[in-house]
Amino acid sequence: MKLLVNFSRGKGRKPIIAQVVRDTGVLINVERAVIDSSEGEALIDVPDDQCKLVRDTMISLGAKVHILEHGVSLDESECVDCGACISICPREVFSFDPDWKLSLDEKRCVLCGKCVDACPSHALILPV
Amino acid sequence: MHKTISQINERIRDGSARVVTAEEMPAIVAELGEQGALKEVDVVTTGTFGAMCSSGAFFNFGHAEPPIRMERIWLNNVEAYGGLAAVDTYIGATQQSDTREDEYGGAHVLEDLVAGKSVELRASSRGTDCYPRRTITTELLLENVNQATMCNPRNAYQRYNAATNTTDRTLHTYMGTLLPGCGNVSYSGAGLLNPISNDPHFRLIGSGVPIFLCGAQGMVIGEGTQHSPAGGFGTLMVTGNLKEMSQDYMRAATMKGYGVTLYVGLGIPLPVLDLDVVRATAVRDEDISVDILDYAVPSRSRPVIRKANYAELRSGSIDINGEEVKTSSLSSFRRARQVAAELKGWVEQGKMQLALPTRLIDAKKVSRPMHQSTQGPRVLDIMDRQVVSIHEDEEIKTAAKKLLKGETNHLPVINGAGVLVGIVTTFDISKAVANPGKAHLVKDIMKTKVITAKPDEAVDIAVQKLEQYNISALPVVDADHRVLGILTAMNLGKLFGGRWLK
Repeated sequence: MKLLVNFSRGKGRKPIIAQVVRDTGVLINVERAVIDSSEGEALIDVPDDQCKLVRDTMISLGAKVHILEHGVSLDESECVDCGACISICPREVFSFDPDWKLSLDEKRCVLCGKCVDACPSHALILPV
Repeated sequence: MHKTISQINERIRDGSARVVTAEEMPAIVAELGEQGALKEVDVVTTGTFGAMCSSGAFFNFGHAEPPIRMERIWLNNVEAYGGLAAVDTYIGATQQSDTREDEYGGAHVLEDLVAGKSVELRASSRGTDCYPRRTITTELLLENVNQATMCNPRNAYQRYNAATNTTDRTLHTYMGTLLPGCGNVSYSGAGLLNPISNDPHFRLIGSGVPIFLCGAQGMVIGEGTQHSPAGGFGTLMVTGNLKEMSQDYMRAATMKGYGVTLYVGLGIPLPVLDLDVVRATAVRDEDISVDILDYAVPSRSRPVIRKANYAELRSGSIDINGEEVKTSSLSSFRRARQVAAELKGWVEQGKMQLALPTRLIDAKKVSRPMHQSTQGPRVLDIMDRQVVSIHEDEEIKTAAKKLLKGETNHLPVINGAGVLVGIVTTFDISKAVANPGKAHLVKDIMKTKVITAKPDEAVDIAVQKLEQYNISALPVVDADHRVLGILTAMNLGKLFGGRWLK
């Protein structure tokens, strides 16, 4: 399960992710993180059965946590199956099926948005 | 053995013609042999579906009351050509909207019309005795215009060079997004399904030949612009009735950072007349090679990284300098197949008969680069030759003095051998003074990654560097990295003296 974690780094600059790993013992996979002097956003992947525990612990440490049910989605009425997204994606979300139709493995998506810009047909949409 | 075009058309009329797609042909030839394939197959259909920027359409709107001779014309705020008199115009696919930039353009106007949406025509005129009206605004559907004739000057490229990027930043090109450090390879083209690749000597494809164009029955006009078949880059000029086209085979698109383009589906049915046609239509992806070019070089002649055939490109990854690099396509192989299959259906059902060219296309032509009677300005024409530089072992204070005395904001830093090793700006020095620390020498505070220009580089390229890196000066260096001058934003002012702007 993927979680989007937002935290402010105002006071004390708590190492939230490290602390959650220590307190819960859950091994967190950080897929993507943007952290500057005042705030941070991290996309983390945790085992489904421990998702609630991680979320609650993070919230208790002052972070905002959203469970991400969906990755990037494809508007099939706009897609022309060119495949421009395939080589752009760092996580191999996209591939061709045997009929050269674009297929998408949503679970692999880390919502980086690179494909959205690269799609000539505006057929890829990130969840809000 | 050979067949005539009338024999083939007779079979099409009585429904007995054997029609296959160019994708099926190599296996048929392998199985039946060339003679067997000639006997068996009457028509091979081809297809391609890719971004074809050089596309557009002519319109005739009919006369207004009172009448107007339209001089400036917009369709949904996309400007169309106003030099065809009265109520004719041509709209190009890549023309961008005055209000929505690359989100909307000529290609979108064409797609909207084909999709049955209404489009706003706005036009203005000086007004004449015969055409008194000066402005007009009206909403139009495709059915409201007399003619809507797609006419694409350069379509169906025989093949297209693939693209990669050796720089350390992402490039946005008409070949799509190119990731830094050869992070991906982008290619275009239908390979073995491409019409011209199945008739590279232009025996069958020429003026008057019927084609599939965006779902309509169209026609080859003749050679396309920039037609260069000698090197394997033939093109076609084609036409078709927009009113018969389908959104399935024509799509507006936007290449980020480049602009608007139109995806065009185009296919040509080829009559299998003799063994030469059999051999040509047995072409495989492996037989069609293109260069992978480095788009890092902003020049007409980009360096070739390696050659690759369409089978390699379509496999999903390719080896570049020992690294496996992902490939992806800008054109759609699936839609190219659909074009060839749809065309196959048309011929099987007798909806389209074939014709030989009324005029042949030159199969040996070479497209030449532009004849430039004047050179554009080069860096050496406008750079400052009196450049103040500083040695890397000097004190920061000395640099500050030099900056004051030299009335400049940038000091190139050189080493003992006179080679450029860094740059310091007034900002770097102010920072060092405001936060005094361990730094005493120029080399402690200089930026070592210096963006430079070459003396014979076009000023446009230098300007692009200034913009890209958000800097205001470029040291100009020779091949040994010795400083010859400096180009600052101030020097660009010289260009406005009129010397280069005639």
